[in-house]
Amino acid sequence: MKPELQPRRVTGPDGQEFEVDPLRDYYCEAPPAVHPPAYLKIIEDLFNWARAESIWILGFGTGCGAIEMRPLMTPRFDAYRYGIQWRPTPRQANLFVISGYLSVKTLKRVIRSYEQMQNPKYVVGLGSCTINGGMYWDSYNTIKRLDDYLPVDVYIAGCMPRPESLLHGFMELKRIIRAGQAEGANDYARNFAWYKDNQKRVIHDWDMPDYNW
Amino acid sequence: MHDLYDRLKTRFPLGDWIARRPDLAFVDVPLAQLRSVLLHLRDQEGFTHLVLLTAVDWIETGEFQLTYLLCNRRRACDLGLRARIARDPASMESIHDLWPTAATYQRELREMFGIDFPGSPRLHEDFILEGWREIPPYRRDFDTLAYARETYRERPGRVTRDPAAYMQQQLDPGGH
Ligand code: SF4
Repeated sequence: MKPELQPRRVTGPDGQEFEVDPLRDYYCEAPPAVHPPAYLKIIEDLFNWARAESIWILGFGTGCGAIEMRPLMTPRFDAYRYGIQWRPTPRQANLFVISGYLSVKTLKRVIRSYEQMQNPKYVVGLGSCTINGGMYWDSYNTIKRLDDYLPVDVYIAGCMPRPESLLHGFMELKRIIRAGQAEGANDYARNFAWYKDNQKRVIHDWDMPDYNW
Repeated sequence: MHDLYDRLKTRFPLGDWIARRPDLAFVDVPLAQLRSVLLHLRDQEGFTHLVLLTAVDWIETGEFQLTYLLCNRRRACDLGLRARIARDPASMESIHDLWPTAATYQRELREMFGIDFPGSPRLHEDFILEGWREIPPYRRDFDTLAYARETYRERPGRVTRDPAAYMQQQLDPGGH
């Protein structure tokens, strides 16, 4: 466990001493919960329509594929016209695009960021590396199947996929959200133990809370 | 650059001069002379920039070859000094006092090849890998493929094709 996560006594700016247990005080101890659908189907459909039109991508690039985000967010391909925008922090985002190969070290940061995102949230795997390891299939340090570690809604194949295929993938994601099938966050909550088990199998120096909310 | 070799040879015992390009050459240096050659190049010959410090695993002879690549900016040329050290246990004198950037390269070599550089700052902190438990991954006796196979689950259905034969078949199925 990182030193900053250990329980300790700190002195506040007013001279008061108090105990801090970061795991309890700064993080949520409860595991993620399944988010039930709205009380009426028509309401849930309305929510899903609204969700599909409000996609906020976390600005987090993992592999070579991250380079395809730049033409997408600039006038050449202009994803903003579809209501797709980028946000700087996990708390403001609901779509995580894993843009290529994912080293174990990055996977740790990805898990932290993913768990900090608000429900409902979605994951898109971009490029062959996220699907079966791509050209890094024999690497000692990159994972081969993203869906072992995070719930993936859409994969976009290619090495690397062009911005047009990304746009197509986003349209597909919207279709899935509207159909009420983008259940990634609930899937993560339901199979939390399985995901944690897989994550800890490759991340050997687990030095963060089990759930980073 | 060959004039440099002539000048150096009068002072140090050096191996053959291997010129790769007009502005790039390599030379073998005995381990005991390495530090004085580096100092001389830095202070007298204008090789002020340490471009990189890297290693090659010669597992057959039980050695690591270290390459110190230096750059002379004024003359726009690079010189690589190569020295061999024993592989097990692998240890080398640190040069972080000559170039502070060397400490970073030495951290990397410690992690990826398991070469010790006593006295080098932050040498034993994690650099690229986190929580690595195997032998250093750039050592040639580390079986990368076997490790990847047993650590990361594969998705069934992956096929490997010979690119030339496959494209031929795609573009010209009849084989004309
Ligand atoms: S799929 Fe290709 S472009 Fe994408 S991260 Fe992997 S190697 Fe890079």
